[in-house]
Amino acid sequence: MELELRGITKRYGLLAANDGISLSVAPGQVHALLGENGAGKTTLMNVLYGLTQPDEGDILIDGKPAKFGSPKDAIEAGIGMVHQHFMLVPVFTVAENVTLGIEGGLGASSPRGIRSRAGLLDRRKARRDVADLSHRYGLDVDPDALVGELPVGIQQRVEIVKALVRQANVLILDEPTAVLTPAETEELFRIIRQLTGAGTSVIFISHKLREVQAIADTITVLRRGKVVGQRTPPVTEEDLANLMVGRDVQLRVSKQPARPGEVVLDVADLTVGDSGGLPVNGLSFEVRAGEILGIAGVQGNGQTELCEALMGLRPTVGGSVTVNGRDLSRASPHARLRAGVAYVPEDRREDGLVGPFSVAENLILDMYDRPPYSSGINLNLPAIRANATERIEEFDIRTGSPGTAAGTLSGGNQQKVILAREVGREHKVLIASQPTRGLDVGSIEFVHRRIIEQRDHGVAVVIVSSELDEIYALADRIAVIYEGKITGFRDPDVPAGELGRLMAGGADSSGVPGATVEADGALRVDGADAAHDGDGAPAHAPQEEA
Amino acid sequence: MTNPPPAPPSPETGPSATPPAGDEGTGEGRDRSFGEHLRDAVQDSTVTVTLLALLAATVIGGLLAAFTNDAVLHAWSDFFSAPGNAIAKAWSVAAGTYVALFEGSVFNPHTVAALFQQSSLSTAVHDGYLSAVFNPLSETAVQATPLILAGLAVALPYQAGLFNIGGQSQFIGGAIMSAWLGYAVNLPFFVHVVVCVLGGFVGGAVLGWLAGEIKARTGAHEVIVTIMLNYVMQYFLAYLLSSQSLLQAPGTSNAITQAIASDAHLPLLAGTHLRINAGFLIALACAFGVWWLLNRTTTGFEFRGIGANARAARVAGMNVERNWALVMLIGGGLAGLAASTVILGTDFTLNPQSYGTYGIDAITVALLGLGRPGGVVAAGLLFGALHAGSPGMQTATGTPVQIVQVIQALIVLFVAAPPLVRATFRLRAARARGVSTSMSKGWNA
Repeated sequence: MELELRGITKRYGLLAANDGISLSVAPGQVHALLGENGAGKTTLMNVLYGLTQPDEGDILIDGKPAKFGSPKDAIEAGIGMVHQHFMLVPVFTVAENVTLGIEGGLGASSPRGIRSRAGLLDRRKARRDVADLSHRYGLDVDPDALVGELPVGIQQRVEIVKALVRQANVLILDEPTAVLTPAETEELFRIIRQLTGAGTSVIFISHKLREVQAIADTITVLRRGKVVGQRTPPVTEEDLANLMVGRDVQLRVSKQPARPGEVVLDVADLTVGDSGGLPVNGLSFEVRAGEILGIAGVQGNGQTELCEALMGLRPTVGGSVTVNGRDLSRASPHARLRAGVAYVPEDRREDGLVGPFSVAENLILDMYDRPPYSSGINLNLPAIRANATERIEEFDIRTGSPGTAAGTLSGGNQQKVILAREVGREHKVLIASQPTRGLDVGSIEFVHRRIIEQRDHGVAVVIVSSELDEIYALADRIAVIYEGKITGFRDPDVPAGELGRLMAGGADSSGVPGATVEADGALRVDGADAAHDGDGAPAHAPQEEA
Repeated sequence: MTNPPPAPPSPETGPSATPPAGDEGTGEGRDRSFGEHLRDAVQDSTVTVTLLALLAATVIGGLLAAFTNDAVLHAWSDFFSAPGNAIAKAWSVAAGTYVALFEGSVFNPHTVAALFQQSSLSTAVHDGYLSAVFNPLSETAVQATPLILAGLAVALPYQAGLFNIGGQSQFIGGAIMSAWLGYAVNLPFFVHVVVCVLGGFVGGAVLGWLAGEIKARTGAHEVIVTIMLNYVMQYFLAYLLSSQSLLQAPGTSNAITQAIASDAHLPLLAGTHLRINAGFLIALACAFGVWWLLNRTTTGFEFRGIGANARAARVAGMNVERNWALVMLIGGGLAGLAASTVILGTDFTLNPQSYGTYGIDAITVALLGLGRPGGVVAAGLLFGALHAGSPGMQTATGTPVQIVQVIQALIVLFVAAPPLVRATFRLRAARARGVSTSMSKGWNA
């Protein structure tokens, strides 16, 4: 099926979310839509999926104009969508989720339902359908599994099966890798290749340059609602990034060599857990003033628990945390903040911000009870406002006013609010977990620059990240975490293959680097190897600017 | 400010799927009618939803008043022979109901007429004719006083993310303290009433704190705890009033305490003919105090932060558990103050009817007031007016006083279900956010 969009325009008030966008998707192709947050990718897909109606422009399917009044029309035309946030019922099985809503079939054109004449459900047929599809595309989905118990990567495949059962010829994947581990991403790419091999087209929405490079046949770059360029890989990441942002972007922030001072943060034998397991198991490291320790690892190896334990948000069963010689092992979160620990949490919406609070209030969220923001029990509103104005300026936070609710800001600006707050008070340690997750290129550059600036001011910085690129970009020393333990410390010139081996649980020996890299982290490992001036770039490595 | 969006837009879908509202506001009239502008301007506001809920409840209440009236029903049985009569009868009953409510709660022209028929102003004042003019307002204030205080007892913890259903138990706790201090202790005039009022606060605060502390220590849901404490206190009061060695008045077999000493009465504000007393001022002062606490103090900042996102509040170093106990303590104290104003202001004894349904009405007042202090005052006054006007309404139109309860319930039903109001008045759904979405959060917290 050939899909074409012609001059799609969608306005919200004066803002044109989509402004005359045209593109076409050939059968069996992966068409990537690349753009920063707010560039209009999601609006365009909502138009295509019948969730919103365009003000102008046409959708053509095999050359014939189509009108989608609702997702139902789009589905009937063979368009399937996998949303960023899955639309699944956790207590239903895979088969039940897949057939939910189409028990009576897909309509007159393709009776495929599982409801018998008597009104009962034919569960066996439902399971068979799922098993068939799963087998055909190598999806490896168990029809009888409860969706709530499946890992995110498999849940995503359930969404794909849902679309396939509805006979989708064009599959829209909205930021599909945002929730996936590197290994799961690699799996997803394999599935996408299988689907396109069978003639299905895929529209792949992303703001991650490397992924788009790896999977797309055509790349369309959107900026401010307009198509600003179309590329066919291979292209350089710089080219794509500059198109996306509209100016020259530095993908790698330059930094001077570290000048480490005294040990500031000392973590010894830290253990977190209960009878159910020990997510952090006797973990030790130390960080000096003026250096960045990057903790690399595949998501879910105890990073979240480690950070929460460092901040006193999670009880520990053993070990100690010392800041500047002061033992904080039993201190409350409040006491640790006061002791000079700045914290940028992994989940910025849930842990970092109070969404309904204004930007100004969020900028003092952990300083409201200290002068100048309070006097006695009274809040000092003028000081709070003045602080907000200053920080918004300093950190280039794009907000309507200091009174705007922080929850309405874009992810990048939310992160700037948190960063501005945390480094705005006196601190000796900065712990940042996944500091650029979900951010666009421009914001990543900004956040990295600020973190390096902190280091240069003599702060001991800990970066926890599952993105090897980020670790390489920031770290002066790299620790790899696996199953709650540090499997090794390395200098930042370590080859990515070696890190990949440590991340997959390889013992800390000086064996042949990269010899036993498992599927885990394969994509990032390859990519990072290329980005990093390490030895032996892989064959498909994107070109670096010479 | 207080209502978290039901589903916060993700960083990716947010800006492109729903562009900031500000962009719409700046659209200076290009191809858009005045009506569209007006609709855009008002539909985001929950205040609008609330006002429309009031309107809807008023209309349905009028219909109910009319169509439960015998004369109207009789007229409508002859609808096809005399449709005009049927409609006129229904209208006159519905209108009469609201006119009577208004006359009983705000202003009755007949009292002015009576005032001017008096021979001289001094006799008019002396015989209470002047007071009669202001009596409806006085009664509204008297009825509103405990509703405002008890409403604040729900609204304040609500801001900290807790749903205080325990107004009843806290009210009883305050009532016991106020009444006992009122008759059993001998103190000079002004001191006595102050002690009794503070005692009421303490009595309620203890019960509120208990619920908060149980939640803080064990994680037990405050809704369950407070509801159960309501039963405990209800029967504890019945027990206290069952024996003369406890609180029961000597020489009676009724479940009632002695009358409190006259120097423990709350001072009247407008002469002996009107019941309005210092309790009303306490209620207004408390409303202001709660507003100040929430918006101007570090404690209130913690309360609101915890209410809006307890996880982020914890990460920011706030002690969530301690604040739960504290906010319930203050909330309980406010419910206790509500009891003080009833015992010391209007009832002067304590019996099992004293607590009425204040604890439950408090929830409706807080809901209608959108959980904000100013809103609670407005809602308390409205419900106070309905209470004050209902006896006169029954006398004048034969509409049963219970219709007032039905109207109250309808108001809250509409307020608690913004989608219902939006559907009724065709507001665009995606942008209006009601208090119910956040109220329901209280149950899941």
